[in-house]
Amino acid sequence: MESLIFYLLSAVTLISAVFVVFLRRPMHNVLSMIVVMIGLAGLFILLNAEFIGMVQLVVYAGAVMVLFLFVIMLLNLDQIRLPIDPREGRTWIGVGTALALLLVLFPILRAVIPSGTSAPETGQTMSNTQIIARELFTTYLLPFEIASVLLLAAIVGTVILAKKRS
Amino acid sequence: MVTLQHYLFLSAILFVLGAVGVMFRRNLIVILMSLELMLNAVNLTFIAFSRYLGSIEGQIFVLFVMVVAAAEVAVGLAVAVAVFRQKGTVDVNEINLMKW
Repeated sequence: MESLIFYLLSAVTLISAVFVVFLRRPMHNVLSMIVVMIGLAGLFILLNAEFIGMVQLVVYAGAVMVLFLFVIMLLNLDQIRLPIDPREGRTWIGVGTALALLLVLFPILRAVIPSGTSAPETGQTMSNTQIIARELFTTYLLPFEIASVLLLAAIVGTVILAKKRS
Repeated sequence: MVTLQHYLFLSAILFVLGAVGVMFRRNLIVILMSLELMLNAVNLTFIAFSRYLGSIEGQIFVLFVMVVAAAEVAVGLAVAVAVFRQKGTVDVNEINLMKW
């Protein structure tokens, strides 16, 4: 049952990821990206990380992708067709490099990662959210506060960058 | 039976797809989206290790990666809007002011 769900979610995620990269209209890219996010959220929940899965749904599929849609509509990008690109040589060099990365990654993963047993029993009595909260507000309190400062800086920077120069 | 390797292979493929998107596409918005794809592949790796090593740290790191990704997207899209105002396009080949 677990493998069935895993393969289903992986197939959905991978196919949508291919759509994200290769479809030509930005609107279609964003919609496929939302499907990728939902598939990944399902995988996270399958991995017993319910809290992260829900955050993924709310933050990524909800907020971030809406931001993308908003910008695409604001700039009217869907109407703008980039001219059929000549696909210069260096683009193909880049793609070849990426595929070579895949060919390097697979043997490394196969060699280094001890091949598989199924996941250990979690044996946790507290819920996933409780454990994360406890860690986040004790051990990782300082990074948590720094993250809030980073978000504040991002807000201010975004407003200033997107402001109309008068 | 789903093992750790399954998840790692899936996330490797997702990461490479994102990398292909960054190098193949010319639309700035789509490049940003491919970056998100790569970040999410890394998140999947973190969560998978967190599950199979029985440690919660991976999930904490994913939270921080999400925070940074959200900030990056907001600033990146603001830059895209500013570039579009300036140049009237989001084609990265046209944006070559600082190119060597």
